[in-house]
Order: sequence, then C-alpha cells, then structure tokens
Amino acid sequence: MGIQRGHRARPLEWLAERVIFTISLSAIMLILLIFIFVGREALPIFLGRMDSALIQETIPPERMNELDPEELRVYLDLSPRQFAGMDRDTLQMLMEVRQEALEEIPPEQLNDPDAHANTTAWRYLLFPHQWSDYDRPRYIWQPIGNIHKYNIVPLIVGSLKTTLIGLFFAVPISVGAAIYVSQLARPRVREIAKPTIELLSGIPSVVVGFFALLVMASVFQAVFQYETRLNAFVAGIALGFAVIPVVFSIAEDALTSVPRSYTQGALALGSSKWQAAWHIVLPAALPGVFAAVVLGFGRAIGETMIVLMVCSASVMSWSIFDSARSITTTIAAEMAEAVAGGHHYRMLFMLGAVLFAVTFVANLVGDIVIHRLKRKLEGRS
Amino acid sequence: MNRPPNPAPPDSAKSFRSERFDFASFFFTGLTGFATLLIVAILAVILLNIVVQGWESLSWRFISTIPKDNFFDPASTGVLPMIVGTTGRVFVMTIFVLPVGVITAIYLTEYAPSTSPLTRFIRAAVNNLAGVPSIVFGLFGLGFFINFVGRNLDALLDSPGPTWGQPAILWASLTLAVMTLPVVIVATEESLRAIPPGLREASLALGATKLQTILRVVLPQALPGIMTGGILAVSRAAGEVAPILFTGVAYYMANLPSKLTDQFMDLGYHVYVLSTQSPNIEQTRPILYATVLVLLMLTFALNFTAILIRARMRKKLRALG
Repeated sequence: MGIQRGHRARPLEWLAERVIFTISLSAIMLILLIFIFVGREALPIFLGRMDSALIQETIPPERMNELDPEELRVYLDLSPRQFAGMDRDTLQMLMEVRQEALEEIPPEQLNDPDAHANTTAWRYLLFPHQWSDYDRPRYIWQPIGNIHKYNIVPLIVGSLKTTLIGLFFAVPISVGAAIYVSQLARPRVREIAKPTIELLSGIPSVVVGFFALLVMASVFQAVFQYETRLNAFVAGIALGFAVIPVVFSIAEDALTSVPRSYTQGALALGSSKWQAAWHIVLPAALPGVFAAVVLGFGRAIGETMIVLMVCSASVMSWSIFDSARSITTTIAAEMAEAVAGGHHYRMLFMLGAVLFAVTFVANLVGDIVIHRLKRKLEGRS
Repeated sequence: MNRPPNPAPPDSAKSFRSERFDFASFFFTGLTGFATLLIVAILAVILLNIVVQGWESLSWRFISTIPKDNFFDPASTGVLPMIVGTTGRVFVMTIFVLPVGVITAIYLTEYAPSTSPLTRFIRAAVNNLAGVPSIVFGLFGLGFFINFVGRNLDALLDSPGPTWGQPAILWASLTLAVMTLPVVIVATEESLRAIPPGLREASLALGATKLQTILRVVLPQALPGIMTGGILAVSRAAGEVAPILFTGVAYYMANLPSKLTDQFMDLGYHVYVLSTQSPNIEQTRPILYATVLVLLMLTFALNFTAILIRARMRKKLRALG
C-alpha cells in the first residue's frame, strides 16, 4: 500500500515528507515522555532518597554560618533556583521553622521508635511492620497523621482482587459471545449483536461506577446476604462490564481472521457447526483469545473510577466480600491532599509508575501475540 | 452380509448429517448464544434504568441553570457549567489531536515502508498508548504539562503568580489529546486503506505529485473515516474523569470558564461528586440520574453517529470490491 513514486527532487515535497515523518513519531515520543515524567516524580522513592521520618536532625539556626551553601540547600530541601532567589534572612527563617516544627511534635511521639523511621524505605513498603500501637506486624497503607504508613501490599492485593473477579466474570462470557457471533450466529444476528456489544464500551466508566454504586450494590446485597454493602465483589463485576467489550472485540477479531477454508473443510468432513468452531477455529485462534485476556487484564487493573466509587477502604484481606482499595483508586483519591514534591506525592507517582510498567508489559505481550497470530493465519512469513 | 444392494441416493444435503439429535452442538450453541444475550441484557438494563429514571427529572431548567453554591439541592441546581466545561475541554482536545493523528495515519499508510522495523515500532507505540491506564495519563498531565511545561512557561514569562503552572482547561485538553491519539490514528488509517490504490495511481499518472495526490485525492475520500475517528475520540474523552482529576477539573466554580488557563466543572466528575459526596443520597438521586442521562446522551449520540458513518463506509468499500 502507499504511493511508490517519490518526487524527492522537489524541495516542498521533501519538506512535507520530513514534517509528516517527524509528526508520526509522536506516539513513540509520548510513550517515552510518560516514562520519563511519571518516573521523574517517583525517582526519589525508587532511589531511596526520600526521608519521611517525623523526627529529623535539625541544625540550630545560629550555626548557619558554619554551613557551606550547598549543605544548606540540601538541608532545607530547596532546588538550586529557589535557593538562588533567597536572601540570608529568608534562609534563617526557614531554619527556624525547621527547628520549631521539631518542638511542636507531641512529647509522647518523641520516644516512639516509628517517629525516627523513614517509612518510604523499601522494607516498610513491602514487608509487614509492627507499628507502636499494634500488637503484631501488619500491612498498613495509612498516609495520614504524623507518621505516614506506606505499605503497598494491601493496594496490590486490592487491585488483583477486583481485577481477577472482573476477569473471571467477563472472560467466559465475552469469549462465549465471540464464538457465537463469529462462528455460529446467522449473518443477520451477527450484524445486530456485534455493534450492540461494542456499544457497551461507549458507556463511560464513571456511569458504570454510578450504576454499580446505586443499583447493583443493593441488589447484590439482597441476593447474596453479605455484610459490607460496598465490596470487592460488586466492584469486580462492574469492572467486568468495562472489560467485556475489550475481550469480546479482540477475541472476535481473532476468531474471524481464521480463514474460512478451515471451517469449510471441517464441515465438508461432516462435523457440525459447533464442532468446527470448537475443535478447529478456536484452537487456531487461541493465541488471539489469550491476547484478549491479557489486554482485558491491562484494562481492568488500570480502571479507576469504577473501583473508586464502589469501594475504597484499604483493608488487607483476600476475601472477595471485604472492601478493597486498588492502586488506581489510591492515586485518584489521595493526590488532592498530597503536597507537591512531598513524600506522599512521590509515593503516589511511584504507584503510577509501577502501574504503567505492568500495563506496558501486558500491552506489549498482547500486541506481539496478535501480530504473530495474524502473520501465521495470513500465511506470510 | 445383508446389506441393501443400492441405498437410495440422498436427495438433500441434510441427509449427510447424522440423524441422531446432536445434543452437544445444541447445548453449546445455546450456551454461547446465552452469553451474547447476557451482554446485550446488561447493556439494556443499564441504559433502561438510566433513561427511565433520568427522564423524569430532566428539564430545560436543569440543563440551562448555573447552580448557586449548593449543587446538591434538587430545586435550584443545574448542569450548564458542566456541559460547557465538558464540551469546551473536548473541543480544545480535538484541535490538538486531529492534525497529529491524521498526519501520523497518513505517514503509516502512504509513506511508511510496510516492513521496516520503525513502522512496526510506531504501530506498537500506538497500540501501547491505547492501553495506558487513564489515571497514568492524569499523572503524566500533572508531571509533564503542569509541573514541567507550565512552570517553565511561568518562569519564562515572569508571571506574577502561577498562571500556567496550575490545573487548567488547556492542560486537561492536552492530556486527553494524548489519550485519544490512538483512536484517531486507527480510524483514519482504516479509512485511508479503504481507498482503492487505482485512484492514487490515476492521480500520479496525470502528473500530480505525491503530496498533491494526498491532499486533493486521498484526503477528501477519507473524510468520513477521519470524522469517525474524531467523533470516537470525542465520545471517549467526554466520559473520562480520571485524566482530568489532577489536570483541570474544579469541584465548584461560580462562573463559566473564559480562558484556557481557567479551571472548569465537568459532567463526569459531577456524577462522581454527586454519587459519593452527597449529604443525602435519596434527595440527590433524581438530579444524579438526570446528570448521568445528559452525559450518556452526549457520548451515545456521538458513538452512534460514528458507528453509522463507519457502517456506511464499510458498505461503500465492499461495493468497490
């Protein structure tokens, strides 16, 4: 495809071609920019350069003259540009503020070992820790108060819980529907069913979340008789609604791209339509179905509004009838109260970077699998 | 061996099939058919629920009112600023995303050597961009547009306070433009591929240059496809809330936004606020349903138009062979 004859001798044509080529690199550039700028805000956490300890060593303001400028800048946590714009009095005042902040810490916390802990260190993020007012080590995400607890395990569990429920609900239904629509249905039914199912992806996720919150949560509670009205189960099923169109269209596309001759051969040998679909077409398109599930996983784990509206309490629990707080929900709910550049802010960016990395890999795997399958089915080498 | 000498030849294709009732076939066809029906039913239940309940409380007054301080009060609230905000951010987004998306698609179909690794790389990036979680776009908008571009603009222009380096309709629109770029690229590419190569060859044979051919022959033909892409991008962006959470949306604003650096109120975000932060959910329920209905009408009208244009285009393509 494309026009084969070039007119490189004309300067205008050449220029236009260059411009078009440069602009077409924007998708690659944007992916890189996302990596760089989400990563940049999260970098101090990844490198362990952030210190969230409540009690930090302070230098008395009188000793300011003994410090060289670079030490002072690092101590006050200023950027070089900010530092250059400040005169001596402002710097002195900042040092006094640091001193006063230390004096305002309630006395009972001065002896608390947790007050000296840098809670953004990896061992606090990943492993349970026995906080001073708890009787045993626990996984806690609680970025409020004087000592921010940043254990990300409950968030990962929350994300996986809702995502897996969503996939368990959505995958069998969507793949079943894809088999029916692409292989078994009459053409008239297919022409109506396919766009209708694709219309489901047109419902904004905030509307699905609203529906789950106001209607589904009450209906499910009446049916299943569980305690917490808003829980991971409701959120997971609602997530399934968002995943169904994704899995359906990719699986349907893969099944349709299996050459007609496969089915015709099977039918000619006496198999029924169903047998041809199940034993011939589905195995041939299986990588495509796998890719559909992987991409559906990426969609589900990245979905924000549905889980945010349906459940948001952060509890460490694998029970599907408990509440759950996913990674996306945490970012959306807490960014407004995080101070720009502070440890909470950077922690949320770190979660975003992890999420981006996970979905990036899922998308890449899905893309490669589909590409290979199409190439194989089309008989190109 | 008592076989009948000459079995009667089958008179229809049907008698080739086994006479036995094929239970597995019947069962599994039914099961997959049921799955299809279930999805359609889910869609129908959601839509019916919203349309029936929303229609009761939808009125012209509701659509055309700017709410005073308390928008949870059903008697005095309205959604005019949210409609303006959502339409505005989507409009600004279109200005940015359409040119970039269309030009990328032109490169991919008209210029790019189809087997080169770079082309494959661009395609992979486009596909990958389509799968990035919307909240990550929100973080990207905050980290790149506001904290990097905006703050540097402020420093460069010597603004008195933060003018550019804060959430604004411009940054929200740009963030959404990044998010919807793949939608425009894929739709435009599809329509460009549908144009028979003969048209291009005829144009070139008459002495037109490659650029002239693209501008005067290929693009006019692809216009419906480009429109579909634009509409799909708009309908996708209109309902998204996560990317604008940190880049421009406001909980409440007394006035309509008037410049690109203003914040704005938004329909989708308003649905979120009404359903999670209402002091009395039973009292807000009617206006909540009405707001959802307005949002759905906006996105569905767009979606439906796109599907119609696309169906027509496919038919035309089939007719061309």
